[in-house]
Amino acid sequence: MEWVNTFIQGSLLGGIYALFAIGLSLSFGIMRLVNIAHGDLIVLSAYVAMVVGQGTGLDPISCLVIVVPVMFALGYALQRGLLNQTLTGGLLPPLLVTFGISIIIQNGLLEGFGAYTRRLQQGAIETASLQFPGGISIGVYPLLVFGVALLALGSLQLLFYRTGLGRAFRAVSDDADTAELMGVDNRKLYAVALGIAMIFTAIAGVLFAIRTNFDPAAGPIRLILAFEAVIIGGLGSMWGTLIGGMVLGISQAVGAALSPTWQILAGHIAFLIILIVRPSGLFPRTRD
Amino acid sequence: MTLLQTHNLSAFYGDFQALFEINVTVDEGETVAIIGANGAGKTTFLRAVAGALETAPDMVMFEGRSIGHHTAHEIVRLGIAMAPEGRRLFPSLSVEENLLLGGYSKRPGPWNLKRVYDLFPRLRELRHLPATDLSGGQQQMTTVGRALMSNPRLLLCDELSLGLAPVVIRDIYDCLGKITAEGTTVVLVEQDINRALDASVRFYCFQEGRLALTAPTKGFDRAAIGAAYFGI
Amino acid sequence: MQMDRVERGTLASRVFAAVAVILLAALVAMPWWGDSGQMRLVAEMAYYLALAQLWNLLAGYAGLVSVGQQAYVGLGGYALFYLTDALDVNAYAALLLAGPFAGLLSIPVSIAVFRLRGAYFAVGTWVVSEVFALVASLIPVLGGGSGLSLTPDIMRDIAPDRAGRDMALYLMSIAIAVIVFAIVYLLLRSKHGLALTAIRDSEPASASLGVNTFRTKFIIYIVTAACTGLVGGLIFLQKLRISPDAGFSINDWTVVVIFMVVIGGIGTLEGPFIGMLIFIVLRELLADYGAYYLILMGAIAIVVMLKAPSGVWGWISHRFNIELFPVGRRLALAPTEESSKP
Repeated sequence: MEWVNTFIQGSLLGGIYALFAIGLSLSFGIMRLVNIAHGDLIVLSAYVAMVVGQGTGLDPISCLVIVVPVMFALGYALQRGLLNQTLTGGLLPPLLVTFGISIIIQNGLLEGFGAYTRRLQQGAIETASLQFPGGISIGVYPLLVFGVALLALGSLQLLFYRTGLGRAFRAVSDDADTAELMGVDNRKLYAVALGIAMIFTAIAGVLFAIRTNFDPAAGPIRLILAFEAVIIGGLGSMWGTLIGGMVLGISQAVGAALSPTWQILAGHIAFLIILIVRPSGLFPRTRD
Repeated sequence: MTLLQTHNLSAFYGDFQALFEINVTVDEGETVAIIGANGAGKTTFLRAVAGALETAPDMVMFEGRSIGHHTAHEIVRLGIAMAPEGRRLFPSLSVEENLLLGGYSKRPGPWNLKRVYDLFPRLRELRHLPATDLSGGQQQMTTVGRALMSNPRLLLCDELSLGLAPVVIRDIYDCLGKITAEGTTVVLVEQDINRALDASVRFYCFQEGRLALTAPTKGFDRAAIGAAYFGI
Repeated sequence: MQMDRVERGTLASRVFAAVAVILLAALVAMPWWGDSGQMRLVAEMAYYLALAQLWNLLAGYAGLVSVGQQAYVGLGGYALFYLTDALDVNAYAALLLAGPFAGLLSIPVSIAVFRLRGAYFAVGTWVVSEVFALVASLIPVLGGGSGLSLTPDIMRDIAPDRAGRDMALYLMSIAIAVIVFAIVYLLLRSKHGLALTAIRDSEPASASLGVNTFRTKFIIYIVTAACTGLVGGLIFLQKLRISPDAGFSINDWTVVVIFMVVIGGIGTLEGPFIGMLIFIVLRELLADYGAYYLILMGAIAIVVMLKAPSGVWGWISHRFNIELFPVGRRLALAPTEESSKP
């Protein structure tokens, strides 16, 4: 029965990994921009929630009401003010500029908050679990996070396929040049895209910080986990990212069951195996 | 009245000069053709007018105002739309979604989804299919329809006949006739000289980025065009 | 009659070469005129310069933007420690083996990461480095999470006394920096370098001309990994101990190096020199301000990338039209009788 629990636990981990990955996927899918600072933005969201929580006394999830608009605005400004200028220079500028932003965020958080590890406190829900016959136990919080991931992906699906904005996103992703010829203001659209990406980044940041310790240097590993989920699932497929996250989570859970220190490594190994054996991922979809 | 006028329009791709001081005038309601061999600069000219290529502000005047410094999407809002060379439909979008995307700028005017389907009835049946699943001729109709959805005063058509069978080309040009009958001004770039001249009242012949010849099409001796076309 | 010749040098580069030789002689003589603190600083500058030249070769010339080169620094370091500690190999021999060891391991790594392109390649190389770090922390014979230290025996291999060791390590740093630079310079002057420039300008075009783009990039990746491993061995020989965090630290070995190359001028041989000097100066000036100097470096790198993508040297070279390390080729036409022809 332990293996069933391990499997369930790993699958539910896929939820938070999918949430990590959404922001990364959106900015790559629409702007062809891999945001190296993505993980640090997740961690930044957690710190913003911490500050808001300390100021208002609200619990972390309620703080999202403030954190989400703040991060949306930050994403919009970042793209409009800085990242839009990197899009025409080839491979190096977006990569190095987002790398620079990553270093600035990490060290800014270090100077501002110190190197202490922190956690957001949500209360009893963190440890509650549902018990099923046969010794099966499912954590309430991981289930909640998985549910949020499903909602997030579902809402993105609606956005992309049922709205004018989503239509514009898909057009720009196909052919930015022609989209502009049809009247789409690409620069503004990219800014909105990063803003939306940051909405999910903020949600991911708060949800992860409730269960996991974080500090200013916690960003890079989050970027790597998001990246692994996207690659395993296949570039360009939103629901594939969820499956990718689940495969990653299950690999980690299996590794952890063998020995706790093996958890992250097991995920990396699964990622490398998929990369070597099936480089386009499990459900590849992008035209490049 | 003069709708579009270019003044010594020069355009560059990096260090390479593609257009050399082109002067073109298009009056409202006219259909003007631009002909020339491959590489003559015809598409470059349309892209420069449409704002996809950087030019000095006064080089392109539309409705009496300089537009050379505007971006492509701003120019759509001003009333110029393009049916690009090679169709350039969005593969991730259905036929209808491509048309709706054409209306992104929400310019007021007579054209809407229903009227485009009236003009191209076949598209109504195919509207939920991915646009790139259609035949060449149907894709071309979608491209023109997409441009019409922005209610342009000036429609730029780049190589409508490219890769299409003669019978299909004839259908497309019949539809073009209906569009111009509504008063839309059209500049069309064509490799098929006869088609181009049959559909237009005036023509410009480009040769290696320069204007080689311009004249009214009525009664013009087609043989004389050859010299200008090939730069002999 | 004089023939048309292919020329490599320019007046500026010849003058500079003379100056460089004098400078190098002064550096080699430093053990006799400098103190150990100064020597340690110069040694650090030397190994950072080497790392910067290597990263520049990989990213600026071969277009392989790796954010995982710290993997080879750590591999080189661990190879040195394992060989000397567990296998009793002489320290100098171990140092010579550290490079090839890293180069060997880079082969399977390249199989995985070459499947990725662009920014995805970058993150992929990062993952690989993390894997090495995690594996190192899990292997008991490598000291696990706390790492290994050099024993006095091993240190005596290098030289019998402290002063001798300081001098030996210092001279080795200079030597390795010179060797690495020579390898990079010669590579770029060779036909591989010509291939790289062609690939950098247009991969499809050069492929169509018969340039084996994959093989060229593969060779550059292996060579860079091996040299990085050698430098890594040297770094940790000087630090006297290694741990997974220190050996595979992205902050110490990659972030700093990338900043040096970008600010100095990516894709130029002169850039890493300037970038390294700027970094060292900034670090010394802002030593009291903790992480702020990294924030400043990050901001400078961003501004440079947006406003002056060829970096400080790129600006200088463009403005004054000079090249100190010529890698190009110019055709010097033989004088003809028709010298009045326009």
